[in-house]
Amino acid sequence: MNAMTGNYTTADGRQIGDTLMEMKNITLRFGGVVAIKDISFDIHEGEIRAIIGPNGAGKSSMLNVISGFYHPQEGEVWFRGAKRPTMKPYQVAQQGIARTFQNIALFNGMSVLDNVMTGRLTHMKTGMFAQALWKGKAEKEEVENREVVEKIIDFLEIQAIRKTPVGRLPYGLKKRVELARALAAEPKLLLLDEPMAGMNVEEKEDMSRFILDVNDEFGTTIALIEHDMGVVMDLSDRVVVMDYGRKIGDGTPDEVRNNQDVIDAYLGVSHD
Amino acid sequence: MPDQLLFAMEVTLNGLMAGVLYALVALGFVLIFKASGIFNYAQGVMALFAALTLVGIMEGQVPFAHLINAIFGTEIHHFGWHVPALLAIILTMVVMVALAWAVQRFIFRHLVNQEPILLFMATIGLAFVLEGVGDIMWGADIKKLDVGLPQGINEWIDITTFEAFGYGFFIDNLDISATIVAMILVAALIAFSQYTKQGRALRAVADDHQAALSVGISLNFIWILVWSIAGFVALVAGIMWGAKSGVQFSLSLIALKALPVLMLGGFTSIPGAIVGGLIIGVGEKLFEFLIGPMVGGATENWFAYVLALLFLVFRPQGLFGEKIIERV
Repeated sequence: MNAMTGNYTTADGRQIGDTLMEMKNITLRFGGVVAIKDISFDIHEGEIRAIIGPNGAGKSSMLNVISGFYHPQEGEVWFRGAKRPTMKPYQVAQQGIARTFQNIALFNGMSVLDNVMTGRLTHMKTGMFAQALWKGKAEKEEVENREVVEKIIDFLEIQAIRKTPVGRLPYGLKKRVELARALAAEPKLLLLDEPMAGMNVEEKEDMSRFILDVNDEFGTTIALIEHDMGVVMDLSDRVVVMDYGRKIGDGTPDEVRNNQDVIDAYLGVSHD
Repeated sequence: MPDQLLFAMEVTLNGLMAGVLYALVALGFVLIFKASGIFNYAQGVMALFAALTLVGIMEGQVPFAHLINAIFGTEIHHFGWHVPALLAIILTMVVMVALAWAVQRFIFRHLVNQEPILLFMATIGLAFVLEGVGDIMWGADIKKLDVGLPQGINEWIDITTFEAFGYGFFIDNLDISATIVAMILVAALIAFSQYTKQGRALRAVADDHQAALSVGISLNFIWILVWSIAGFVALVAGIMWGAKSGVQFSLSLIALKALPVLMLGGFTSIPGAIVGGLIIGVGEKLFEFLIGPMVGGATENWFAYVLALLFLVFRPQGLFGEKIIERV
């Protein structure tokens, strides 16, 4: 059950690139509780990588380690061929890692458009006085950023609610706006924390389609956490399976499906 | 025109001018509350501290002179130079930015994600500390602040209105400059929060800390920025109030007058702070003029608070505040 190394071609014929991110022997503890225990895996450029596992397996903790919200006691995070020093979440974001949250973290007071525009903050370079006076370079930059944002809004089919304050939107649409904001950053790595949690079947199908399209259209590398086994197996190229903070499986969906440890973790095992 | 109406007009105009000064203080509250959810009780003291520092720098006062003299037995009070007003204002702003950094570094960085009431208590502590530091640094005596703003009756308005109505309005030049400065300040703040990257980041932080971090915003930087802006607004308010009534420690009490302004305008609205300030300013002057004589006067002390109380009962979010929507 070793992870594949190097480039490979997926079942549907997409060419997967080099290693983008590598987690080496990560251990994360909260006081006496070990949330993640000595886990290593890698994410290749252009792939959809899933992290699955039962409740409390440490999936979200792993995502929070990648995005800099948690700092592991042991282990190394390698990103784009270099070891990453301990970073604050905003620095990680500036490096090109965007994320969504399990419990949606949007700016409720702002419109959908403004929310998505905040995703462009890391791409804005002109000084604040130029921007306040709306002149020259600042204006050009604002227009360019707007173009990127409009393209993403079109792509995710949320044109109709561009001006609506986010607080008024239903749950499924909020999730989509959050995805749009993350995409607006044109991330090198996109982290999705349970993108389909709490959705009905139709919304799940929509979201799955968007995730595949994003990967296809923009070539974005995606790491996602999901509960729903069915969805994950359809979406992802490779899957890490976690249970009680340990890694119990890693490979293509088919490999993982037939892994005895994974079956035990999900279906329970008889002790006789 | 009847005399009574002319008087009322003059009173209204003066009320508007006084309202601008209330609005200036209220603005500082709104800015910090919007960006960090902290109700900054120390805003009034910050205005006092800014004014004290400005006078101190202009007069070439030695900071902590009393303390130094008490310890070393020396007799130093002044450097013996005078700093021009503009340079002194810039230097004071540097001090206010340093203060913003210190407040963030030593107090609020340790209180991230705490209950609002805890943050509020911390600002009460900050108010007392800052008042004490101001006292030790610059001394407690009342000082005159003159940054070269025109003072006294505006002759032109006096003459024009006298020719038009046969009664000259008394409008203070200082109030007029305060109004102009306030308008420039508000325009600048609106341009900043609407059009700049930092302004957008600031609104984002106010809304959701986690989400703000995830799009690459440094909370520390934004908070220092916000406290610096609040320091700047406090400096402007300090200059205006100081020029009007001298720099004295009762200046910190103007913060209390900002409370009813905020209840009227809403805690989250910049235009609200301005309109609220104007309504309180005009309201209390007109009330004193019209109703005051019937109830024995001195209504200015309580009118604003009664008005705020009525607002709390009938429209708790204020005139412009965000309506509180609870999703069930």
